[in-house]
Amino acid sequence: MADAASIQTELTKIRSAGSDAVQSVEENPVMGTPWITVKPRSIVSVLKILRDDRALDYKLLTDLTCLDRPEREKRFGVVYILYSVTHNKRLFLRVWVGEGEAVPTVSAVFPSANWAEREVYDLFGVIFEGHPDLRRIELPDEWEGHPLRKDYPLIGRRPVILYNDVKDIL
Amino acid sequence: METETVTVSTVIGDLPATPTGDATETLTLNMGPQHPSTHGVLRLVLELDGETVVRAEPHIGYLHTGMEKTMENEAYQQAITITDRMDYLSGMNNNLGYCLAVEKLLGLEIPPRGNAIRVLMSELQRIASHLVWLGTHAVDIGAMTMFFYCFREREILLNFFEEVSGARLTPAYIRVGGVAMDLPIGFEEKVAQFLGLFPDRLDEYWTLLDENPIWRDRTVDVGLLSAKDCLAYGVTGPVLRASGVAYDVRKAMPYCGYEQYDFEVPVGQNCDVFDRYRVRMEEMRQSIRILEQVLRTMPDGQTNADDPKIVLPPKERVFSDMEALIHHFILVTRGFPVPPGEAYASIESPKGELGYYIVSDGSEKPYRVRVRPPSFYNLQSLPHIVTNNMVADVVAVIGSLDIVLGEIDR
Repeated sequence: MADAASIQTELTKIRSAGSDAVQSVEENPVMGTPWITVKPRSIVSVLKILRDDRALDYKLLTDLTCLDRPEREKRFGVVYILYSVTHNKRLFLRVWVGEGEAVPTVSAVFPSANWAEREVYDLFGVIFEGHPDLRRIELPDEWEGHPLRKDYPLIGRRPVILYNDVKDIL
Repeated sequence: METETVTVSTVIGDLPATPTGDATETLTLNMGPQHPSTHGVLRLVLELDGETVVRAEPHIGYLHTGMEKTMENEAYQQAITITDRMDYLSGMNNNLGYCLAVEKLLGLEIPPRGNAIRVLMSELQRIASHLVWLGTHAVDIGAMTMFFYCFREREILLNFFEEVSGARLTPAYIRVGGVAMDLPIGFEEKVAQFLGLFPDRLDEYWTLLDENPIWRDRTVDVGLLSAKDCLAYGVTGPVLRASGVAYDVRKAMPYCGYEQYDFEVPVGQNCDVFDRYRVRMEEMRQSIRILEQVLRTMPDGQTNADDPKIVLPPKERVFSDMEALIHHFILVTRGFPVPPGEAYASIESPKGELGYYIVSDGSEKPYRVRVRPPSFYNLQSLPHIVTNNMVADVVAVIGSLDIVLGEIDR
């Protein structure tokens, strides 16, 4: 597909959200489209520009997920995959945050991020600041730990006993 | 004659004040997780004002088994068997999406015959999945016959999958580097026979439903979701196309040589349950078109990529050839390393855009596998659709979204 030159318009527009909004642009020969690393604080305004600018028109947040790299100082890479139906183009953005740091929620820009952010919170423990309903989505509310973290053992920490009492369900 | 009027209250005592305006009391109704029309273990908490839904809240996670975590601890080839347990109604498509992402990382080219078989299987699987959707959606609304008709035809398709892979729902037939084995002898003739019979069956479904006044009453102008809202909620697949957006991954970013086949992307305009039904019905006809072209142009030659370090050697060579035996041993016991990198591959599954985001650290096991399940995002739009609508329409809307809880919870 393409290299950094093909997303030059996107980069210029993103930089208008703040001169330091883009932290780095990484070539990714496998996917063709480079990774754009954005500062956590700028992610909401960056996504708003990408969604609303007529020349870009990234109306669909295809996916929002996370990657855990415990060896890094900022271990969680929150991934945003955008798609523009009109231009048939995909864009990959990333935000790196450390343990205990919060990412501003983008669920006001893309309602689809609501559940996706809840899932990342549930399975990785990344906090999304300003999220309207940040609860666990897959696991029970009283679950301890975040299973998709690399330091969480595959067999879990203790045997699972769910719902001892009827009032737990309601 | 003078009639005496007696107020009711004198007879049965004082009635409670008639509810006026906003002073109504709402009723909380729990639907599921064990409910035949929630298509799995979806639990919905509905808040009702009379028959109107005021608030709907889906609770998911009852089928969560940590599949993404499990895949991080399996070799690349082993993880395929987990993918078809996610959307268990379209196992072949799930296999395909995963394999495409791994092949992107490996930089592997699949020979034309392998690609043609993959397209053949995905389209058969699309019809099979749409048949389950049609049967269960119709039975939810009250058309019992459709269920039996659809499952009769689906049986033929499941027998095909059993013939090529040994399994009916969880085939694990599409592998990294190609497919598990070539098509059995006489398989293409059987598919051709099915394609000769199926259009008539589709017409039969059509006559049963399309002009049926009950069906129309329950579906037309029910469960509206505009194109703008579809995109905002990340809805893809037939639901998005029923709202007028012609986004189909097979056309937008073709894979497995879909660009060689001539087919159309059906699009609706009314954004309602009826249009979603029409779009899926037309998709089955387009799948038949694709299948006919695949059978006509099926190339000869190898099905698998020519890379002994990744693709298992044929069994007869393992028994006669030292090198093949070593490769077989290494691949089965250890797997193959994948160069470090990150890849995202997506396909058009029957439910929508199914994406796989795979991160490799250079070892034999994936560092991270993320599945973008189309049903997850499609279900997320449900509260938006059903709020301020009738409670009876909730069932019709769930059916029209065509969700599979296996891939939502993973």
